[in-house]
Amino acid sequence: MKPSPLDYIGGAAGLRAQQIWPLTWFTLVISIAVCVIIAIVLWVAVRRARPQDNLLEMRAIPLERGGNGVRWISIGLIISAVPLAATLVWTMVTLAAIAGPPAHPGLILDVTARQWWWEVQYSSPHPPEDFTTANEIHIPVGVPVLVRLHGIDVIHSFWVPKLSGKTDVIPGQTNLSWMQADRPGRYLGQCSEYCGLQHAHMQFEVVAESQEDFDNWQSLQRQQAAPPVTREQTQGLALIEYRCGLCHSVRGTEAGAISAPDLTHIMSRRTLAAGTLINNAGNLVGWIQNPQNIKPGNLMPNQYLSAQQLSDALAYLESLK
Amino acid sequence: MRQLDLRTPLVGIDSVDHEARLLRLWETSPGLKGFLTSVDHKQIGIRYIITAFIFLALGGIEALVMRLQLAGPNLSLLTPAQYNQLFSTHGMTMIFLYAAPVLSGFSNYLWPLLLGSRDMAFPRLNALGYWIYLASGLFLYAGFLTGNGPNDGWFNYVPYASRDYNPGLNEDFYALGMVFLGISTTVGAANFVVTAFRTRAPGMSINRLPILVWGTLTASVANLIVVPAVSLAFFLLWMDRQFGTQFFNPAGGGQPLLWQHLFWIFGHPWVYAIVLPAMGMVSDGLPVFCRRPLVGYSLVALSTVATMILGFGVWVHHMFATGLPGLGLSLFSGASIVITLPSAVAVFAWLATIRLGRPVITTAFLFFSSMILLFVIGGVSGFMTASVPVDWQLTDTYFVVAHLHYVLIGINLFPVVGATYFWFPKMTGRMLNERLGRWNFWTMFLGFNLAFLPMHLTGLLGMPRRVYTYNDYAGWHALNLITSIGAFVLAIGVLLFFVNVLKSLRAGAVAGKNPWDAPTLEWAVSSPPPPYNFAVIPTVASRHPLWEEHLDQGGATSSIDRGMLLDEGKETIATSGLDAVPDMVLEMPEDSFAPVLLTLGLAVLFVGLLLKAWLTVGIGGAIAALAMLAWFWPRSELREREPARG
Repeated sequence: MKPSPLDYIGGAAGLRAQQIWPLTWFTLVISIAVCVIIAIVLWVAVRRARPQDNLLEMRAIPLERGGNGVRWISIGLIISAVPLAATLVWTMVTLAAIAGPPAHPGLILDVTARQWWWEVQYSSPHPPEDFTTANEIHIPVGVPVLVRLHGIDVIHSFWVPKLSGKTDVIPGQTNLSWMQADRPGRYLGQCSEYCGLQHAHMQFEVVAESQEDFDNWQSLQRQQAAPPVTREQTQGLALIEYRCGLCHSVRGTEAGAISAPDLTHIMSRRTLAAGTLINNAGNLVGWIQNPQNIKPGNLMPNQYLSAQQLSDALAYLESLK
Repeated sequence: MRQLDLRTPLVGIDSVDHEARLLRLWETSPGLKGFLTSVDHKQIGIRYIITAFIFLALGGIEALVMRLQLAGPNLSLLTPAQYNQLFSTHGMTMIFLYAAPVLSGFSNYLWPLLLGSRDMAFPRLNALGYWIYLASGLFLYAGFLTGNGPNDGWFNYVPYASRDYNPGLNEDFYALGMVFLGISTTVGAANFVVTAFRTRAPGMSINRLPILVWGTLTASVANLIVVPAVSLAFFLLWMDRQFGTQFFNPAGGGQPLLWQHLFWIFGHPWVYAIVLPAMGMVSDGLPVFCRRPLVGYSLVALSTVATMILGFGVWVHHMFATGLPGLGLSLFSGASIVITLPSAVAVFAWLATIRLGRPVITTAFLFFSSMILLFVIGGVSGFMTASVPVDWQLTDTYFVVAHLHYVLIGINLFPVVGATYFWFPKMTGRMLNERLGRWNFWTMFLGFNLAFLPMHLTGLLGMPRRVYTYNDYAGWHALNLITSIGAFVLAIGVLLFFVNVLKSLRAGAVAGKNPWDAPTLEWAVSSPPPPYNFAVIPTVASRHPLWEEHLDQGGATSSIDRGMLLDEGKETIATSGLDAVPDMVLEMPEDSFAPVLLTLGLAVLFVGLLLKAWLTVGIGGAIAALAMLAWFWPRSELREREPARG
């Protein structure tokens, strides 16, 4: 069996999830032990039972009324209380350690969960450097990252099992989550509060990388879209401004709407449609023409572009690295 | 107010004349009229049970369709919209239309028999409770069958349930249907509470109540407290959707979390309400097959109540990820961990009862005893989710789906099926087939565990709930296939159960009064019991009136054959709340069209509200008002005009 990218008992990759991980295993082991012990006691007790084919003979079995049964209950309760108390204490200690946001976050992100994708905003002390991306969150390794969660439609939940437990994204309030990756890698995130038709396909990736790689990525993302070079790209840009620009934006062009993912550096992202497809030319074309077949009910309508329009659009989009 | 009836009832023994007189007084007329007017708790109880089992079958079919869709990655048997309606309807059906009503059915049927009474305290209210349950169930399913089923889960979170994101009638059907059903739950609960405290046989003091009565009583008190919260929530939602109020809309100053608080303040106690009576079935049924009284009766009774009291303080464990402050989370986390203890009392009591008794293997025993293990599995997984940090990982994954199915199937369905094997002879006069019963048990037990034990792992590997499909890279394929196979095996087991019931209704062995040599009062009357239950009102001197000869419980003996005759009218006896000292003769109402008419009026009214057809609302309201007028019209035979004296 392949390891699931959302598995959270196989280990953690970040400080916050790491503190939860042993507690999860502790409660899991206790739980399994309790089930095994009870199963054995039950089996020992039931093994003495006689099968009764002739039910009318039941009254021939004498009634029993002795035995100090209450002692079973008291001993059972005392034994149960020990792991319960231990769990209670461990829970409170862990909660105190990981609940609150870090006092000195190295990075603050604003994540807005939307039906059915994730908008990620990186702010800078110099506002022109602010930028917005989608479904892919880059963070530097070893730095506590504060994530401010904003809801604008229905409730979603932000979850990166290897880095951090769930925090709901609720319209009307700003919830805080945080994470700190130990080692570079791509960690899958998933919406984990039911949010409608495409709840299943509402994923994102957290890309943890060295500070240097992160800085490079960030400076690339801060740039506006490169101007078109070829004739095809120019036509593609015109098409995108006129059609896609009703919902999407490409910074540095006329396409400036904000109700769908920012496309300025779309080709720098690994997936399309919030983790639904791998981002490559073929999938991109398929997605543009027929998103309703790939992710039924999502908010992007099918486009019905001509072959020429499609190849123009693709030529331009592929330049958005 | 009804005046005290200070007659001293005659005491005597049963006779043919006496029984004939009682039969004339209590018998429901045959045919359609009797069907529509009966207030006999036994008929009402059986209707509840049959209706609930039909909903169980519907909910099961919905589950199987979903399991086909989830058997492999990226399947497209269902569209996302269909899947969402299916999982929402499945939850609604199983939780609201099966799990609670089936227990109401058993309690309705059994309570007066267990308590030594001739009916529930409010027989017409009892009939009303059933009719409204049926009508609201049909109302909710009318939505589903017209493509307007609920599509936001049984928990129905806003804003997804609001009109902006859910413009169809789906959520209006659900919201109004739930308010409608809430009436049934509320009147039923009120009836149980009064019945428990007022219509017990003389001598059946509170420490002699069967645990089933404790369970249903506790659940009913809880329902009276918490059902208003959810009815209010659904009403506010409907107002938000149709009249532009802003209770839950953040843009208008409302609060999405208000919904979650109102819902879970109801929702979590409700979980206990649909398991405590079932635990009571096990506490009463299991000892019969262990040939000994239940170990630790008082502790089990008290832990039943304690569970519910603590159960009022754990609702936030459904909301650990909503960003509430840490101090509050700690409190609810602690309460959720501590609530394990009263539940554990019952487990140890059952284990000790088997170990210290002389167990006899019957199908009922197999269901009851295996339930102990399922209960523990469902309990420990609940304990894991009680720890806030752990819950931040577990919540909204399949781990929780596995957990809640161990709770609902393990602690509700298994005891209910066991209880059917146990009490079917009393209800029908015939035994269920034991051989088919073994097949029934093992198929259900193996199928259930095959489906849901691996599902814990599916959740630990991160599979989120309520997704209509999953990717092939996720690594959940094999586990989901196993679960789907297990679900079908479980379904075959349930099918065998239905087959057994239908077969045994005609061809089962004749049961006699007391086939299991059980100790409680229902087994003192014929199977099925006569319409008046007890020809004479028994007097109870112990917890096990029919085992007194063998158990020697301190000398006093219960009197079954000799007691108050009460044959001058449709009468039973009222007793005091704690010690069950007789203090009044109750005049019981005749069969009546009023409950079914009132239900009809309310159904028309709710359909009118759904369509915002105000004329229809008015007509429904008028029918309901007339039905209530007929219902409350004072009648001298109920001594509703006696002068205030004496």
